[in-house]
Amino acid sequence: MKTQLSHVSYLESEAIHIIREVAAEFERPALLFSGGKDSIIVLHLALKAFAPAPLPFPIMHVDTGHNFPEVIEFRDRTVAETGSRLIVASVQDAIDAGKITEDSGPRALRNRLQTPVLLEAIEEHRFDALFGGARRDEEKARAKERVYSFRDEFGQWDPKGQRPELWNLYNGRHKPGEHMRIFPISNWTELDVWHYLRDEEIEVPHVYFAHNRDVFMRDGMWLGVTEFLTPDEDEVVENKLVRFRTIGDATCTGSVESSATTIDQVIEEVGATRITERGATRADDRTAEAAMEDRKKEGYF
Amino acid sequence: MDLLRLATAGSVDDGKSTLIGRLLYDSKSIFEDQLESIEKTSNDRGDEHVNLALLTDGLRAEREQGITIDVAHRYFTTPRRKFIIGDTPGHIQYTRNMVTGASTADLAIILIDARKGVIEQSRRHAFIASLLRIPHLVVAVNKMDLVDYDQEVFESVRKEFAEFATRLDVPDLTFIPVSALHGDNIVDRSATMDWYRGATLLHHLEEVHIASDRNMVDPRFPVQYVIRPQSKQHHDFRGYAGTIAGGVMKPGDEIAALPSGFTSKIKAVLSPDGSELSEAYAPMSVTVLLEDELDVSRGDMICRVNNQPDVTQDLEAMVCWMSEASQLTVGSKLAIKHTTRWARAVVKDFRYRLDINTLSRDEGATALSLNEIGRVRLRTTQPLFADTYRRNRTTGSFILVDEATNVTVGAGMIRATE
Repeated sequence: MKTQLSHVSYLESEAIHIIREVAAEFERPALLFSGGKDSIIVLHLALKAFAPAPLPFPIMHVDTGHNFPEVIEFRDRTVAETGSRLIVASVQDAIDAGKITEDSGPRALRNRLQTPVLLEAIEEHRFDALFGGARRDEEKARAKERVYSFRDEFGQWDPKGQRPELWNLYNGRHKPGEHMRIFPISNWTELDVWHYLRDEEIEVPHVYFAHNRDVFMRDGMWLGVTEFLTPDEDEVVENKLVRFRTIGDATCTGSVESSATTIDQVIEEVGATRITERGATRADDRTAEAAMEDRKKEGYF
Repeated sequence: MDLLRLATAGSVDDGKSTLIGRLLYDSKSIFEDQLESIEKTSNDRGDEHVNLALLTDGLRAEREQGITIDVAHRYFTTPRRKFIIGDTPGHIQYTRNMVTGASTADLAIILIDARKGVIEQSRRHAFIASLLRIPHLVVAVNKMDLVDYDQEVFESVRKEFAEFATRLDVPDLTFIPVSALHGDNIVDRSATMDWYRGATLLHHLEEVHIASDRNMVDPRFPVQYVIRPQSKQHHDFRGYAGTIAGGVMKPGDEIAALPSGFTSKIKAVLSPDGSELSEAYAPMSVTVLLEDELDVSRGDMICRVNNQPDVTQDLEAMVCWMSEASQLTVGSKLAIKHTTRWARAVVKDFRYRLDINTLSRDEGATALSLNEIGRVRLRTTQPLFADTYRRNRTTGSFILVDEATNVTVGAGMIRATE
């Protein structure tokens, strides 16, 4: 008799356990969905956790307005196919309403603006638990974060005051106004994600695979030319065969040169790469050594 | 490919970070941008060499102060296995972090400085590993390069540690002489220690047999969530979702549901993709369908008719106290979470506090403070369906939560249920 789970089955069981635990113990959970591969996996796991019943909570997209059109199309199709309920918290709407002010200039990022929009949506919908697709292998502050990550009434993360997390006994108790961020795939690596996507035949947006795109080099990354992002005079636009390793705001997510057009080729590429995914492609993590830790303390994902 | 969770405990002085850095580096799990980043920080701080400890010290305060204050998780994969490292600081003031890291570990690595031999800290780490019942223990006798790779030094450490370990409950104990700095016996065999015939550390991690570590004897299924679609298509579907905590479950098994005691048979065990499994075991997340309609809800326990946990409101337990703000003493009232069940608990009796360096019992003690471990007797408001921790790490463990702050303040391991 085989009595040892494969590592992928182990990770899947662990994630489903966490998702069910949250659905059972929280009053108003929601699942953060960006159309990126990690949130696609969390949604897939959540659907499995309650099948054949529908998802017992809505999904929420914090939309910076700077999107890859393919990703929004993918998001809407996923919502329709899974019969999920989608809530969009829009950064553009918040700017238009004068609630937040956008930095000006060609290099301004909207990444930080997601935080107040997210926190306001949490307050408006009175969410007490938010699932996210963050993984501990992504970034060194995340390596120290709990699966149940407590946020105070200001949405702040206190890295030094985290609750101990033992066995599979998660403690979600909180007061009104406080909430938890829940990370069911904390223990997955980038490679685990791709293996799972392949094994489960899960579709992801096409921008994860090699395609031709007009790009220009900035801060050592190939950024795509979009309506939101135009190159400076001295930045040369080239048409290259690229793919994205992460999908975030289109203005700060770089692509990597790649000829990987299938999942197997992506797995081969990820297995051989010597650069981390956020190191390669995320301007938002490059501003300082502790950029992620600082954003998280303020209430970022 | 399977997965091994390992816990490492120790201080920078033991070479623990160097050892982890070496495992990650030699298994090609450190990326160039990570290496560049720590090279830069090492230079900025004026370190003599690239400080691999910076790889695991992720928080700003940790990097600035050169200390580890929390459990850091690291991942690496070899062609044989995937590994999750729960890396915790080794100093006594971080006992709660060590207990946390140990709670989910299959294997613990204890580092001993060959020059210093078995010290208080090594004993403490070994004790915590045995208290948390980590099935496999590896003692890496490090810095062998600084004792001229002398076999006698290694043998004397081995002898002393093994002698101490007889007082503990360590099912599997392995000793490996290493030099993390030079890479001897970490991934590659040492060229200088030809007297050592055993496996390298990585080889041992890849080969150690973990399939029989979990309880395969006592079927335990704490119900987590009841799935009732209430749709036309699945009108009569009533599935009990949860994670198997012990034993094997299969269709046709005669089961009893606690606390009601009603019996039925398993109609099907569904995997998360909806397919029917011929059998399932811990720690699989499954959905169980029963032949009869029973009133079963979250917090209930499905087990076998002829193999049931104890149904009890009285627990004898070892508790590690994790709060700097309060103490655990007779009369303390707390929330308790055991499997999928919450209740309230009160400390009825304080048996003793353990000196975790000498293992001596202080029976005159009346309270536990932060990082202290002791034995207490608890009474709960509701019955729990419990086994001893020795028998089952899942149905034998619980956490204690402060009802005013909601903070997790205690970790408990059940010694007896009566």
